[in-house]
Amino acid sequence: MATYPEDCLYTREHEWIRVEDDVGVIGITDYAQEALGDIVYVELPSVGDHFSQGEPFGNVESVKAVSELYMPVSGEVVEINEDLAESPQLVNEDPYGDGWMVKIALSDPTELETLMSASEYEEYVKEEREKEK
Amino acid sequence: MHEALGARFTEFAGWLMPVQYTGAIEEHLAVRTAAGLFDVSHMGRLEVRGRDALLLVQKVTCNDAARLRDHQVQYSALTTERGTFVDDLTVYRFREDHFLLCVNAANREKDLQWIRRHRENEEAEVYDVSDQMAQLALQGPAAAEILQPLTDVQLDHIRFYWFEQGEVAGVSALISRTGYTGEDGFELYIPAASAEWVWNRLLDAGQSAGMKPCGLAARNTLRLEARLLLYGHDMDETTTVWEADLGWIVKLEKGDFIGREALRRQKEEGLRRKLVGFDVLDRVPAREGYPVLIRGHVVGQVTSGSYAPFLRKNIGLTYLPIEYTAIGTRFHIRVREREVEAEVVPTPFYKRPR
Repeated sequence: MATYPEDCLYTREHEWIRVEDDVGVIGITDYAQEALGDIVYVELPSVGDHFSQGEPFGNVESVKAVSELYMPVSGEVVEINEDLAESPQLVNEDPYGDGWMVKIALSDPTELETLMSASEYEEYVKEEREKEK
Repeated sequence: MHEALGARFTEFAGWLMPVQYTGAIEEHLAVRTAAGLFDVSHMGRLEVRGRDALLLVQKVTCNDAARLRDHQVQYSALTTERGTFVDDLTVYRFREDHFLLCVNAANREKDLQWIRRHRENEEAEVYDVSDQMAQLALQGPAAAEILQPLTDVQLDHIRFYWFEQGEVAGVSALISRTGYTGEDGFELYIPAASAEWVWNRLLDAGQSAGMKPCGLAARNTLRLEARLLLYGHDMDETTTVWEADLGWIVKLEKGDFIGREALRRQKEEGLRRKLVGFDVLDRVPAREGYPVLIRGHVVGQVTSGSYAPFLRKNIGLTYLPIEYTAIGTRFHIRVREREVEAEVVPTPFYKRPR
């Protein structure tokens, strides 16, 4: 069963962001890693890159497919998870923890209001699952 | 039955197929170290029957079917007049007047029509028997010990690429020591109505040995590590059997067959390109369709490419101009905005320990 931590906000493309002092940590959700299957490569941007909300910032590759990653909010990359180069499976094992992808300095924190809460996202996933059937 | 095991499905050649059950990598490793069970009922199965069955098979395939003895299997190809692939297939000989051809799912109707169209005076008929049969593949080093208690056939008497007829879990079956994974193992051809029963008996029997049900994702990475080609990706009607580096299934001396003249000529004149295996010298997988470059010029594309779960590196296949096919040759593959280096390596990438 997928999990939905309360301290994160969520996108319709299944990224999560956890914000502390205008720095957001970003990753993909438990539902997303489960749907992708075994992750074998994560392509991340460089520190200093700027992205606007909704812009692709990297890729995550499973055995079968490549999926783009989208920025939940606008900002500048201040750190990337270097461990994912060696150990991309961290995204499967701990999607909200050791499997985080980038940290960004938010340029417009009001954009956070456009994202889903944990309960809203859980409902959204339920609808997505229904569509699959 | 598959849904009950948590399988994820995809549409393939009109079939709803499980992509994976527990996870592509876990399933792949189970086949290399213990065993895996695949439902490959989607494969096409054609029967050739009649006094001249052997003659007809000889005429449409490039390998020498006359070398087959009763209950022997041969890897071969249906070839066009240009020596390219209508399909690749396995040829099963029951008797001189009765053969079974196992063909690719997507080519089933095309192959049937192709063989019928090239039948002239031969007294033989071709039938599509795919829907009557299910086909399960039990693959891996533990395959024989898992299957043996369920069958009356003495499995150690079946050599690689031979088959026997007998019973599996009380159901009449053709048991062939063949597969598409690079491992020892068996393919079972059973009546379609008994598929679920036999599948479940095999699952039970294999559990203690660590056998896992496996989907299409693992089937693809396993066959790639063993450099077994996939029709429509690694070869098709535009590539000749020589170019696909399957020269060992071309028997020019066997007598006339469709494509013989073209293949003879190409052998004389030499190849301009050949399918090679490569390692990606980077952590990023090089996937099917990615452009292949030599000195900055695009010369082709990746035909199959993936992370290889057992070998733990990124591997693939591509056609290269013949002067660049030597082992150790470096070239580039465009992965999105990057160009990563790759190197021609010996194949198969994986060879099972004997």
